[in-house]
Amino acid sequence: MSVLLTPPAVTRPPEGGKPTRRGRILGKHPLGLLFSAPYLVFVIAVFAYPLVYSVWISFHDFFFAAPGAQVDRPFVGLQNYITAFSDPAVIRSFGNVGIFLLINVPLTVVLSLLLASALNKVTRFRAFLRVSFYVPYLTASVAVVAVWLFLFNGNGLVNQVLGPLAPSPSWLVNERWAMPTIALFVTWKQLGFYILLYLAALQAVPKELYESASTDGAGAVRSFFSVTVPGVRPATVLVLLVSTVTGANLFTEPYLLTGGGGPNGASASPVLIMYQDGLQQGHPDTAAAIGVVLVIVVLGIALLQNRFAGGND
Amino acid sequence: MARTASTRKQFTYTRMSRPQRILRGVVLGIGALAFLFPFYYMVIGSLQAKPDATVAGAFPNAGNLTGQNYVQINDRISLFQGLLNSGIFTGGVLIGTMVFGLLAGYALAVLQWRGRGVTFALALLVQVIPFQLLMIPLYVLIARDYGLADNYLGMILPFFINSTAVVIFRQYFLQLPKELFEAARIDGASELVLLWRIAIPLVRPGLITVVLLTFIGPWNEFLWPFLVTKESSLQPLAVSLANYISNVAASASNPFGATLAGAVVLAAPVVVLFIVFQRYFVSTNIGSGVKG
Repeated sequence: MSVLLTPPAVTRPPEGGKPTRRGRILGKHPLGLLFSAPYLVFVIAVFAYPLVYSVWISFHDFFFAAPGAQVDRPFVGLQNYITAFSDPAVIRSFGNVGIFLLINVPLTVVLSLLLASALNKVTRFRAFLRVSFYVPYLTASVAVVAVWLFLFNGNGLVNQVLGPLAPSPSWLVNERWAMPTIALFVTWKQLGFYILLYLAALQAVPKELYESASTDGAGAVRSFFSVTVPGVRPATVLVLLVSTVTGANLFTEPYLLTGGGGPNGASASPVLIMYQDGLQQGHPDTAAAIGVVLVIVVLGIALLQNRFAGGND
Repeated sequence: MARTASTRKQFTYTRMSRPQRILRGVVLGIGALAFLFPFYYMVIGSLQAKPDATVAGAFPNAGNLTGQNYVQINDRISLFQGLLNSGIFTGGVLIGTMVFGLLAGYALAVLQWRGRGVTFALALLVQVIPFQLLMIPLYVLIARDYGLADNYLGMILPFFINSTAVVIFRQYFLQLPKELFEAARIDGASELVLLWRIAIPLVRPGLITVVLLTFIGPWNEFLWPFLVTKESSLQPLAVSLANYISNVAASASNPFGATLAGAVVLAAPVVVLFIVFQRYFVSTNIGSGVKG
């Protein structure tokens, strides 16, 4: 799934010269290992080890102790998982992220493909359009959250424009609308990145396909659906995957837009619960269990997406 | 660039009728408006003496303009200190990525050594590991075990080398002709000299893309620095502004104006950098590297 947009790796025939003994063990340029050593140490220290540690924590009675103190951390089996998932707030947060993904992912795929293919053919104002499409993605969530709070509050501009159609209570303090508003915000915020991915994919669609579609009398709409959409399918799989992973990582938006997952936990995300439960209330073990389950769920969704959108290739 | 221009000319294959071209213009126009309006509104709102949420408030009104919000937010959170902390955090990540990321990218593309395939696979894999799974163990390790809470090192460490950058570097170096390296090696140049004198100068425009891409990560990051910095004098601007939004804003006289003023200060460096360097930020450069 990760090599979708990468041109095939350049495989080289082994270059001349007899392999020396050193060459057999470490390869032709052992220096390469030295050059990569800092990066490898970094990956092991910051990704590999914590990943294993996280699973370990989730199966043990783990609590914060003073640095250097020797404490007993007994194995407790699935106890942390049971504790975490007998909390209705945790169950609800998974449901919330489900609502989020159902709105965010399809909207992201449709809008980013639509805008990317329109942008791909345009020649005038290209630089301006590119800048405007990417700017939300490049800007800190914290900064744009401030504007959305202003736009979507009780007597904010959105409600002023909607007049009597505005929901009451307003968007972000309304149990029904809080999560969809967050989903809309994240779609808007991240869209530039996916437009960028689709633009790259559109360059790779063979031009002959458009020509023959045109010869066969297909109009722009028809050739969009029968040439562009299948042509960018690898990118679509990638967009599905990345937007699902990003959505499952949701934290900043419910933390700031809805004051910590409100109203009544209607917009709490699993990561927000992990922060509140694990770090604020000092239960890193149940929080780690939530994290493990979340990742398994996301992997499951990604596999399903791959099966249905990825086709047989 | 020249190549893109020539391919663009061939785009006559699907002839669009006039209404379709108009439709395309409308779609793009609505898109641009939807993307830019909140930023315009951010600036307008940050300059209003009294928050004006009516439709008329979306237009500048000379009687309601002030710079006072910037003074007000600066009283509550030191903007200079916040920018400085964001700069140190981002600078640390840029140094790590440009030194060790470049070395790794070069080794992955140009050198042949045992473990190269595994290292490249790791660089791709790391990009799909969700941070939420790492949040708890990294906090335990960095903030508790290593005692790096409220410390720039602790902030920088999980982001020190950007894996996306490593993959993009590799991609750039792969595109360079191998003969170049062979010839220089025969002349007795060491690999470090090769990297510094030959490889880096040839991929310089690409490096700007990577700097931009690496810059926005830590500059905009909220969750991690928020977890490890409790002391306000060490917080990056994204964290101190978020704390202002969630705690202090309620007690300010014009909370929206002050918050938006802080938002403008946080957003401006990235937006300006991007506008200046946007011609380097090309989809083909990034599409090949992002997420592998």
